[in-house]
Amino acid sequence: MENKLIVSYAPHLRTERSTKALMLDVIIALVPALLVGLFAFGIRAFLHVLICVGVSVWAEHVWCLFIKKESTVKDLSAVVTGLLIAFNMPAAAPLWMGAVGAVFAMIIVKGFFGGIGHNFVNPALAARAFMLACWPVQMTAWTNPVFGKFFSQGTVSGATPLASPDLYALSDVFLGNIPGSIGEISALALIIGFAYLLIRKVITWHIPVIYVGVFYILSMLAGQDATYQIFSGGLMLGAIFMATDYTTSPMTTAGHIVYAVLLGVLTMVIRTFGTLPEGVSYSILIMNIVTPLIDKFVKNKRYGGGK
Amino acid sequence: MYLKTFKGGIHPGDRKELTNTVPISDCPPPKEVIIPLRQHIGAPCEPCVNVGDRVLMGQKIGEATSFVSAPVHASVSGTVTKIENYPHPGGGEALSVFIENDEKDELFPEIKEWDLDLSKDSIKAFVEKQDAKEIVEKVKNAGITGMGGAAFPTHVKLSPPADVKIHTIIINGAECEPYLTTDHREMLENTKKIILGALLVAKSVSAEKIVIAIENNKKDAISLLEQETKEFDNIEIFTMLTKYPQGSEKQLINAVTKSEVPSGALPSAVGVVVNNIDTCAAISEAVVTNRPLYERVVTVSGDAVNNPKNLRVRVGVKFSELLEIAGGFKEEPKKIVMGGPMMGIAQNNIEVPVIKGTSGILAFSAPETYGKDEGACIKCGKCVEVCPMRLMPNFLSTASVAKDVEKIKAHNILDCMECGCCSFICPQRRFIVQHIKAGKALLKQKG
Repeated sequence: MENKLIVSYAPHLRTERSTKALMLDVIIALVPALLVGLFAFGIRAFLHVLICVGVSVWAEHVWCLFIKKESTVKDLSAVVTGLLIAFNMPAAAPLWMGAVGAVFAMIIVKGFFGGIGHNFVNPALAARAFMLACWPVQMTAWTNPVFGKFFSQGTVSGATPLASPDLYALSDVFLGNIPGSIGEISALALIIGFAYLLIRKVITWHIPVIYVGVFYILSMLAGQDATYQIFSGGLMLGAIFMATDYTTSPMTTAGHIVYAVLLGVLTMVIRTFGTLPEGVSYSILIMNIVTPLIDKFVKNKRYGGGK
Repeated sequence: MYLKTFKGGIHPGDRKELTNTVPISDCPPPKEVIIPLRQHIGAPCEPCVNVGDRVLMGQKIGEATSFVSAPVHASVSGTVTKIENYPHPGGGEALSVFIENDEKDELFPEIKEWDLDLSKDSIKAFVEKQDAKEIVEKVKNAGITGMGGAAFPTHVKLSPPADVKIHTIIINGAECEPYLTTDHREMLENTKKIILGALLVAKSVSAEKIVIAIENNKKDAISLLEQETKEFDNIEIFTMLTKYPQGSEKQLINAVTKSEVPSGALPSAVGVVVNNIDTCAAISEAVVTNRPLYERVVTVSGDAVNNPKNLRVRVGVKFSELLEIAGGFKEEPKKIVMGGPMMGIAQNNIEVPVIKGTSGILAFSAPETYGKDEGACIKCGKCVEVCPMRLMPNFLSTASVAKDVEKIKAHNILDCMECGCCSFICPQRRFIVQHIKAGKALLKQKG
């Protein structure tokens, strides 16, 4: 029997919360917003989600095979990326666009830099920025939601509530009865997802709450309708699901706070002074790049380390 | 109610229900004991008996060779048959004394039978007339080491530098390692001896205050000790949050006194001495009867064991015999660990002997004990969040793998106490502690 005993270093217990379990929780947390998106935009939203997720998983798998590494699709991180890419697509955008975005995210942003854990920016956001740069017209052609009419195309509306705030009531903005990208329209659904992530301890409250809080205060100081501002556009989606990406956000709580404050300031600056009405994606991408610097300088005070 | 604790840590699930209601039973003395002369942190002992000698129970068989060392004693009476290297549960081999038991359990003449009445007045009077130096001397001669696992010689803890004032004694009843219940059972069954031991420790370093710190998953022990210590004004019972590693010395000191032991220093630097529950019971024995430390309580547990038990055993009995007494295996064990599952040492051989620091013998069949392949660090920061020393385990692990000596130094690798919280929590199942151990070795080698 002695030869069959396993000898390894302590600890001999491991948490059941593997990366796969955590990613599954993120997927579950995305479900409310996904349902709203499907209900609002019908068949086209469904096809976008299917294509983005499918291509993301396929691209990651093929890339792993190509570089002769064990495939990491089982950890479900590619599914999360695919969902987030679809969430950032306007329903009316051509379906192939999401596929190109997914390949860009999984291979160029993630694969080229070493796979899971090594990407320096959020792959889904980088894909969105890439698509926005390549096809600015299609990527901003948001349609009005057509609740319940599954096969209706919906009419293209030129403006999101961010660009023309007078068009929509606050309750519509909060619940999701507004034009926008597939996953971003309902602040309520996203906040339900946030609550789930907190309960399951996938993330802590710091980044989303501080990010939105700082933005709210700045917006108020600038004389804007701050409540309206935080519920419209991609802020909730970005703050809850994109800015909190493990790999591209700082590691300490103090680092999270610095990162979130800067995110709030940057988003405010871009939304107010930029040419685009939306500033969430670029703010997060910029702060992703600043993250290693934050981790270098904002550290925990170690036990017994003195002053 | 707010429960005292430290920052960081994990909740692995205590799994103590297997043995926490099982009274301690005496394990029959084995036919042969194998007593390693390396029992503790510090220098190993030199044998002071020869092959063929008859030794008595409690007789010294290994002489301490330096101050940070403790003598080793025979745990049975009988004949020394061999003195040679033998596998050691701490890893590798150690020079060990083999004693064939003559089944007479003849005590060494210096050792008295327990004759102290354990009423409160009698305890107070006894402690009053003890001399501090004499207590330390008796503890040293009895070869007492910390019985929580690390086995640091106790007399060293009781001899703080002359310019240091010890104000608080903390008696560590946290027992934060899952499965282990020896401290818990001792607190319930040996309450008065533990209180006496705590008072003797306080007397030896002239500390005013004693805190007995117990995790709140041992409510029966907390209420019993609260009741039994009512008439001792200087003893306080602290209820601690059940969290790993609550019983780690530095974390316990922080939770109890709010001070932090400076990096690289001993607890005496903040005026505190910490002793384990079992150690206190052993100190009482040593001071009252001169009985050296040659038996201890061991929790034999784990999902592969038929009848998990708390056993009072002689030092030097083989693991295999204890596992047999606990009913043998209900299924083939995949891993056998000495100590708790978080910091214990996996064994490749169950014929190794129990030493003074053996708090538990755990046999696992569950797949959770398998080493799984590790993934790349995803920088989730969970290890940073749980690290009770507030280090950055992820950086330490990746830098150790990359052999980046500068970086592991900059991230204070030597502050790591290898509690295992980071490896436990890591969603990518990285072997963080293992990497850090390798990093420490690298640092030692390259300066």
